[in-house]
Amino acid sequence: MAHSARRDSPELPDFSILKRLARDQLIYLLEQLPGKKDLFIEADLMSPLDRIANVSTLKQHEVDKLYKVEHKPVISTSDQLCFLIRPRIQTVKWICDVVNTDKVPGKSRRYKIIFTPQKFYACEAVLEEQGIFGDVSIDEWPFYLLPLDDDIISLELPEFFQDNFLAGDQRWVRTAGSALHLLYSLYGPFSKVYGIGRCSKMAYESWREQVEEGEQKARQAEIGNVFLIDRDVDFVTPLCSQIVYEGLVDDIFRIKCGCVEFGPDVTASDKSVKVMLNSHDKVFSEIRNEHFSHVFGFLSQKARNLQTAYDKRQGMDIKQMKTFVSEELKGLKQEHRLLSLHIGASESIMKKKTKQDFQELLKTEHLLLEGFEIRECISYIEEHINRQVSMIESLRLLCLLSITENGLLPKDYRSLKAQYLQSYGVDHLLTFSNLRQLGLLVEQQPGETLTVMESKVGKLVNDKTAGKLTDAFSSLAKKSNFRALSRKLNLVPKTDEEYDLRVPRDMAYIFSGAYIPLSCKLIEQVLERDGWTGLEEVTRLLNGHEFAVTGSSGVDSRGKNDTQRIILVMFLGGCTYSEISALRFLGREKGYKFIVVTTAITNSSRLLEALLDNHV
Amino acid sequence: MIKSKVDEEDYWHSSKFKAFTFDDEDDELSRLKESRQAVNNIRRLVEEDDDEDDVERVSWSGEPVGSISWSVKETAASSQRADREPAFPKISTDTPSISRSQSGYSLSSLFKGKPKVGNFQTFSDALTDSSVRLYAPELRKPKSEYKDYVSDWSPEETVQRLQQGKAVSLERFRTLQDKLLLLDHAIAAHDGNVITAVLIYLKRTLCKEVLFRELESRQTALRHFIHYLSETQNQRLLLELHRALGKAEDAALLQYKEHLSITDENKRRDFLKNCLSLPFSAEDLAHVQDHYTLLERQIIIEVTDRQAECGGKVEIFQKFPRKALILNMPLITTLYYCCFYHYAEPEGTFSSPLNIRQTFKISEKQYFVTALAARAKLKAWLDVDALFASRNWLGFTRKKSPLSFQRVVDILQKNSAPTHVLQDYVALVDDGELRLTLAQKHKCHDIVISTYRDMKDRQLLLGYRGKVVRGSAEERKIDDLLSNPQIRWKN
Repeated sequence: MAHSARRDSPELPDFSILKRLARDQLIYLLEQLPGKKDLFIEADLMSPLDRIANVSTLKQHEVDKLYKVEHKPVISTSDQLCFLIRPRIQTVKWICDVVNTDKVPGKSRRYKIIFTPQKFYACEAVLEEQGIFGDVSIDEWPFYLLPLDDDIISLELPEFFQDNFLAGDQRWVRTAGSALHLLYSLYGPFSKVYGIGRCSKMAYESWREQVEEGEQKARQAEIGNVFLIDRDVDFVTPLCSQIVYEGLVDDIFRIKCGCVEFGPDVTASDKSVKVMLNSHDKVFSEIRNEHFSHVFGFLSQKARNLQTAYDKRQGMDIKQMKTFVSEELKGLKQEHRLLSLHIGASESIMKKKTKQDFQELLKTEHLLLEGFEIRECISYIEEHINRQVSMIESLRLLCLLSITENGLLPKDYRSLKAQYLQSYGVDHLLTFSNLRQLGLLVEQQPGETLTVMESKVGKLVNDKTAGKLTDAFSSLAKKSNFRALSRKLNLVPKTDEEYDLRVPRDMAYIFSGAYIPLSCKLIEQVLERDGWTGLEEVTRLLNGHEFAVTGSSGVDSRGKNDTQRIILVMFLGGCTYSEISALRFLGREKGYKFIVVTTAITNSSRLLEALLDNHV
Repeated sequence: MIKSKVDEEDYWHSSKFKAFTFDDEDDELSRLKESRQAVNNIRRLVEEDDDEDDVERVSWSGEPVGSISWSVKETAASSQRADREPAFPKISTDTPSISRSQSGYSLSSLFKGKPKVGNFQTFSDALTDSSVRLYAPELRKPKSEYKDYVSDWSPEETVQRLQQGKAVSLERFRTLQDKLLLLDHAIAAHDGNVITAVLIYLKRTLCKEVLFRELESRQTALRHFIHYLSETQNQRLLLELHRALGKAEDAALLQYKEHLSITDENKRRDFLKNCLSLPFSAEDLAHVQDHYTLLERQIIIEVTDRQAECGGKVEIFQKFPRKALILNMPLITTLYYCCFYHYAEPEGTFSSPLNIRQTFKISEKQYFVTALAARAKLKAWLDVDALFASRNWLGFTRKKSPLSFQRVVDILQKNSAPTHVLQDYVALVDDGELRLTLAQKHKCHDIVISTYRDMKDRQLLLGYRGKVVRGSAEERKIDDLLSNPQIRWKN
């Protein structure tokens, strides 16, 4: 809106090709099983599938009935069953049960499993163990990337986060590498790749190997530079309450695969409505990146304009009216519909947020980010827990406290944990164990024993070994060092200055001017410096694993300058809508165009729900 | 997580077993309408493109297929530069395999002017083939092939082929040294899929003592193995592994977790009792002990209260029928329940709130918050009042609270306390400004009026006159004040 945008931003590549490619690949695989067949689809693949194909596409390729994978006995009568699934052991076990149940009465059917985006050996091992290897044919559907919008591409793999960071399972590393390779093959070659994080490093390696294995035709690059970042480099940002419109909508209504369902409280009728939220929605695209305090004003202005446009009808003659109806009315009606939806959504957000004292919650978050009045924050969190306010919300605040403070004092940790278990159930012992493992909620180590030990050991052995040891230590008790990072990178602007949210001066606007997201700040700094030079202290505080590599030159250099400003940022472990908004802002300021590739869109609830362990 | 699962179900079709067919679209497919609508946009997009191109539709294997204009464009482009090196990955016929990543583009290579593509056929053949070879016992193969086929691959090559999904056999890695070398190469390749594949082979061919010992010095592999065991629900081996590695606490937690799958409350209680002998940390052991004590108590309360409810003689159960069982609820929920249904009970009973407070060492503040919410819900304002009663040494009563009065007002208001109740507590808020805001918000007129009077602010009082009901006592009070000559207004 009021941004002083640079107008020379380059154009984004056309990512719809990815959708067609995936669709064609799927069709090819369906053709591999000729004849009528029933298709079983993994529940969380349905929305992504909806974005690239529709029922009639499937029908054209002789899919008869569609079922959702529900881990229950099958009642299909078809003699061909096709399963479209993620490579998950539990799903494969269920398929084995289906096949073995058929075997008892001697029913013969053809079975096909299509794993997407790839199969795992562990899944095949299950087929072998269950004695049905060979009875089913196996295929892979390399559906790596789903464009959610012009500048957002998702791998739709939320489990990437817990598999990689919690369980330490690197099964998705190659997947990430392959996804990058797909982008490279279609829109590359890339000029430079920057990154930070263990997983980023491995994904880069995997990609590089795949480049070496394959061949690259000389083509005009459409993407200049790439930035890879691990989610665990910055846990603070996704744990903050989102206040930018798109993030808020995600926090409250949960956007799924770029689509949100607004309930009766928003639509002001008895029906729910599903809406695609992307740049094609003219109203949404103007408010998605705005601070919420701004949105109401904008929407009411928009409503007034609409009224004026409708009012034009008065005093028109027949001919004018005809033109009006044929040319403008449809657009106006469409805008009207969208406008009333977003107004409804904003009202609903307001209601919910006032009810839970959003203002006070934000104040506590900001104090934590600044490191002020920590005792008050702790007692606020305590009250939250005592009153059994949302289980996730309490956990979120605890984690935020722990990361910003580099762990809790043992006394506080014990008392808060005990109160949490009393309020939400002792089962959460397992949740706390997960959070500790991930370094999200930890006790402060007595003294600075680790650092002392590190430096002692460092003196005894050579640098390389010392580095390895530091790695080992840091994985044992990963310190967030948030305070030091925040000082180094100026993440928390001084409080005494007024921050005009209407005219944002930096990316902090997405958190009401209280905090510049660490992840985005790193990206900004590295792009500005063209590498990590000068950021040595920062990377040390982030436990290292940074890299910056230059690709082979000699590629077609036409329009190179423009391409150089198209930056692909890949978040391994998920990113939030707020981060995307911050990057869009950065892009407008500096003349970049960012493409965000993420393993999944995340937010504080999704992140923490993945770590809950109080259920079977 | 739970919520999103529900969403998922609503979103697609909630019929549990019934499939929808394409024939009776009106009924079954109505639920899909939304998603289809969304998808239709895409179809339109593609169809537009089709119209533009108007190229003859290409077929895969002679069969007519829905046109894919983009691929067709590729065909046109690639036939022009036919003598150049193909840009997309080469599919060589003699090595019947393709890396997975490359298969992403091999579709377009289909359209390089050849109607029937032999190359691609080998792709799927190769995959099934490779998998068979990977896990099939080597005995099935002729000895000569065994030699030719497997003995050549080094650990590096084997790992590389595994990564690319190519045919490979692990059976030649028979010495411990070879096995470990293979594992270390897999780890170095950073491909979790391959690491797990090797681990499955090692699990099959090594006794667990040796396997565990070797995993101890290989943390990455160890974490993969733990994840594999928990995914395959091999609880027994997982426990053995933790114990062998001296991770007694992890093992204890893992065992404790099993209680979640026990639905019968008595069995669950007994199971928890057994958990008390597990090697938890002292801190966690106390929590598990509480868990056991709580469930034991919930079972007793549940039995008694169910009888009381069915008997129909206890008034509170008739007036406020229970909405759910108290079994397996958190401690604070249980306390709330007891404050609701068993408030006045003597401390000796299991369901007495005071007894619960004592047994589980609930903090004063926590107890206070819960009792306040429960009694307010019942609109038992006298009980609420009594919670704050405190006598100083001179015997005067005054209201004291471990919770800020602002929060108290909030809790009362959420339980729809009437103004005359709220007023008492708003008046106790220390901060004058906050008190005024709260008083205005909750329409505690008396407080607002007397605050303005104390501020000697005539203008504000005049302004407030417009906010109270005409002809009400408040209005009269304001009028009296305004006409009172004793007050020296500052404006």
